Amino acid sequence: MPEVNNHKLKKIEEYEDLANRCKPKPPVVKNSIWAFVVGGLICTLGQVIQNYFMGIGMSRQDASSATSIVMIFLAALATGVGIYDELGKRAGAGSIVPITGFANAIVASAMEFKREGYIFGVGARIFSVAGPTLVFGFAVALFIGLLKVFISS
Amino acid sequence: MVPWYMAFLIGGTLCLIGQLVMDLTKVQITPGHILVGYITSGAILSGLGVYQPLVEIGGAGATIPLSGFGHLLTQGTLKAVEQKGLLGAFSGGIEAAAAGIAAAVIFGYIAAVIFNPKG
Repeated sequence: MPEVNNHKLKKIEEYEDLANRCKPKPPVVKNSIWAFVVGGLICTLGQVIQNYFMGIGMSRQDASSATSIVMIFLAALATGVGIYDELGKRAGAGSIVPITGFANAIVASAMEFKREGYIFGVGARIFSVAGPTLVFGFAVALFIGLLKVFISS
Repeated sequence: MVPWYMAFLIGGTLCLIGQLVMDLTKVQITPGHILVGYITSGAILSGLGVYQPLVEIGGAGATIPLSGFGHLLTQGTLKAVEQKGLLGAFSGGIEAAAAGIAAAVIFGYIAAVIFNPKG
């Protein structure tokens, strides 16, 4: 009996190999250009907004926080009306990596779960992607902080 | 002030790296993995002192990508540790990132309530 199972497993492996070889390769160059240009443009918009805030007298750090708020607002709006996901189909990481992608993940996953209610549907699902992101961000920062506490004591 | 083309260049490059990771690795990488990966690497690079120079050169090109959010968490934590010691290690990061987190939660919730998914 084990021999039959081995034979079966081999067949499955062969099939998976074949399936992997037939899978369309992503158009790497085209995707890269899209990601670079769209990601770059989103950051350029961020820089323009940040320069405006610094121009009206905010410190660099405050201007940076205010810029994040504006970018998140714009991304939440663009996701709601459906523009951001259209952009994301072409831009890939160019629309995921900027903080607008974080806002997009929050809105997109929450919208789908409205039928589960506004508290445990929308309220919970805004964290389905944002939650893990924050958990690991907080954990690493805390760990680095603890390292510093122990080194300096 | 950082010129816009440096923000474009650095921001574009950070996004390009993410795209290459998605396209060239065998494992299935979702947008969620990219976000977690960027915030984590940003926080670590910031702790090693590598990220701040990137912010000096690229401005929003380095702070708008989610790695910049990780950088903000680490720098907030380190600054608070200097002032408050152990307590700062717990409070500093989230304090520094509070504006972004609050905006994301509130605007995200409102947008999800007002709009409906397309298609």
